[in-house]
Amino acid sequence: MAWYALARLLQALAVLAVMSLLVFAGVYALGNPVDLLVDPNAGAADYARRVAALGLDQPLWVQYARFVVGLLHGDLGNSFVHGTPALHLIFERMPATLEVSFAALMMALASGVPLGLVAGFKPQSWIGRAIRALSVLGFSLPTFWVGLMFIMLFAVELGWLPAGGRGPTEHVLGIDLSITTLEGWRHLLLPAVNLALFKISLLIRLTAASTQEILRQDYIRFARAKGLHPVRIVGLHVLKNALVPIVTVLGLEFGSLVAFAVVTESVFAWPGMGKLLIDSITLLDRPVVVAYLLVVVLLFVSINFIVDLLYGLLDPRVRLGGAQA
Amino acid sequence: MPAFLRLLPAMLLACALSVAQARDPGDLVIGFGADVSSLDPHFLNAVPNVAAAAHLFDALVHVDPDGKLVPGLAVSWQAVDATTWEFKLRRGVKFHDGSDFTAEDVMFSLERPAKVVNSPGPFTSYTRQIASRQIVDPYTVRLKTPAPYGPLPLDLTTIYMVSKKAAANATTEDFNSGRAAVGTGPFKFGAFRRGEAIDLVRNDAYWGGKPAWQHVQLRLLTNDAARTAALLAGDVDAIEAVPTPDIARFRANPALRLEQKVSWRTIFWQMDLSRDQSPFVTDKAGRPLAHNPLRDVRVRAAISKAINRQALVERTMEGLAIATGNIVIPGIVGHVDAIKPDAYDLAGAKRLLAEAGYPDGFALTLHGPNNRYVNDEQVVQTVAQMLTRAGLQTRVETMPLSSYFGRARAGEFSFALLGWGSLAGDSALRSLLATPNPDIGWGGFNWGRYSNPELDRLVRAALGETDAAARAKLAGQAVELAMRDHALVPLYHQYASWVMRKGLSYRARVDEFTLANAFHPQ
Repeated sequence: MAWYALARLLQALAVLAVMSLLVFAGVYALGNPVDLLVDPNAGAADYARRVAALGLDQPLWVQYARFVVGLLHGDLGNSFVHGTPALHLIFERMPATLEVSFAALMMALASGVPLGLVAGFKPQSWIGRAIRALSVLGFSLPTFWVGLMFIMLFAVELGWLPAGGRGPTEHVLGIDLSITTLEGWRHLLLPAVNLALFKISLLIRLTAASTQEILRQDYIRFARAKGLHPVRIVGLHVLKNALVPIVTVLGLEFGSLVAFAVVTESVFAWPGMGKLLIDSITLLDRPVVVAYLLVVVLLFVSINFIVDLLYGLLDPRVRLGGAQA
Repeated sequence: MPAFLRLLPAMLLACALSVAQARDPGDLVIGFGADVSSLDPHFLNAVPNVAAAAHLFDALVHVDPDGKLVPGLAVSWQAVDATTWEFKLRRGVKFHDGSDFTAEDVMFSLERPAKVVNSPGPFTSYTRQIASRQIVDPYTVRLKTPAPYGPLPLDLTTIYMVSKKAAANATTEDFNSGRAAVGTGPFKFGAFRRGEAIDLVRNDAYWGGKPAWQHVQLRLLTNDAARTAALLAGDVDAIEAVPTPDIARFRANPALRLEQKVSWRTIFWQMDLSRDQSPFVTDKAGRPLAHNPLRDVRVRAAISKAINRQALVERTMEGLAIATGNIVIPGIVGHVDAIKPDAYDLAGAKRLLAEAGYPDGFALTLHGPNNRYVNDEQVVQTVAQMLTRAGLQTRVETMPLSSYFGRARAGEFSFALLGWGSLAGDSALRSLLATPNPDIGWGGFNWGRYSNPELDRLVRAALGETDAAARAKLAGQAVELAMRDHALVPLYHQYASWVMRKGLSYRARVDEFTLANAFHPQ
């Protein structure tokens, strides 16, 4: 177990190193933010002073070395555009993104798994077919379009919900959350559903497929033969076994929800990390872009690690690290 | 999971409760179209930051909706000699914390821009001309420039006055948190939620009269669709930077009201005028030409004649621009009424090209940004097609601003689209066409490296003239000279648009700024 964790950690560090180098060089190649931001009437001396103040006058490898030294001290540099530490900017926005992603994930779980079970049990019935058709729709409609349609319907036409933005936040355990208030939920609902749609479809298909597979297994037949109540069969034997692949996918999907909530955040003006990333790329704000990607990589690595641990809990056949057959 | 259970009722209620919240009549919510990166008025010289700061702070000199300079925290200003400007300060002005605004605050605010060291786009080009500052009495300051400098009052419209008491040793972060954001402006700091919104509270003691709004929220809605939706849903009362495709729909909507004004922004082409071999000008087979045809004034004139500005403005810009032959808009120093846009004359263009030795034309790549100006990509394409009719073989290449400006500055293009907003023709020429001289900051956006000693002389004379009428005359001469030489090819001035709910009015501004104080209930 310890070995396993250590190997995982080393892997993660290697990924982070490669990632940071790639992003660093990529944004460097794109251009110099001072070209975009400095006043055109600024003199050469002023221009040079700005470039030097941001450390952009140094060769790429020196800039990268400085970045790595800072990183080892836990400092990812200051945003060029905001003048504040890049990590601070990201953590400031993180609760908003986590909130909407988590809400979307819960919605996906709460609706995708039951619907998938139904579709798996009764694949030939009209309801099974309807659920499958819906999931195809959820897969194929582009997120931004569905988001805009939601806004048109629920905000503009019906006026039930706000068109975007985040509701008032409250301090909960040092984090600003909007899910503790009614107004917060009114703002959260549309972006969360929008973000959840694709995941719901995914879960429906995944659950339905596993359910069908499991239903053909001998132990289900025995359980039925034994006269166990169908609720117990589904609740214990089918669901528990169907959960194994779901947990794997779910971990990764949560990562992608957080990392790629960008589209939904833009359409709903949701002040999360994705919006920060887009704005930073446009202004070549390298420290923020690099810090964001590092945070996301770290997030993915941790999620994968947790998923592996959960695996062991759900499926006793999986033993981490040990090779005792 | 007790936490989740506690949230559940709220969640269900949210679904059930469908009443849109009514806003207090004293509240105003405005959708901004660009991100405000900081509330420190001396941190980043970018339009959204300056526009946001204008709510909290005042400058010595203000700009009225038509682009004229009007008294701000200075009630009057004059050049007492060729190199000294004297500003008389407004008396009885209080900062938001109740302290008096005096000459000491002016001194501090003029020195501060140079001290904000981590700024990527500083305000120092507006304070650089000030060699020394002197307090004559608590309500009079004198600013000396090393050489005569006429546009100093204009430059000072962008330098906001902060409180020395509150901002001494303050960092940019102190302004964002509100601690140092103490100004004399119409609104006080409420909250700054980065990337989301800025909350403002009325300054009841504002010297310019009590603002109409008790609470103002500036929501940062950078996505066009999100901004439009927020207005249609009633989340915001007004939006700026109205997306062009929506304007016709808004105009027809009886619940909304549209305000428009010709903006100070002129859209034009910069041409490579210095190199004899230009990277994107070749013969039609792609071979380099003996000489760069753009250096021939007849070719430039031909290009200008080949552009059907009326069609461009009516079709591509959907009527949201007016054709021009000038660099700055009417009513601004340096606008010459006598210069009309070049008339569309295809035969004349072909004749001029033939005279210049290019009867069969040549090949040219047009470059432009695709996320900067209204319909910028389409404009580049339209002009390329018009030039094709005159016999040129054209290619179009557009890119995001983040790579466009850097490459243009490096002189990588031959024919490139640029937009420029300025409240003075001589200042505009200094950036756009004066011989590039990085040491003094001239020609910073002279991408084609145009160089004309006579133009430089006229621009220098105009900028050095402290008498308004004499300066306007010199600036006009400089613009005339540049236009006669077709040193750039002007296309049009674009319109700025605001949409608001019925019952509101807005005094639209040439500088495209959105100011809460200029909204009024009807």
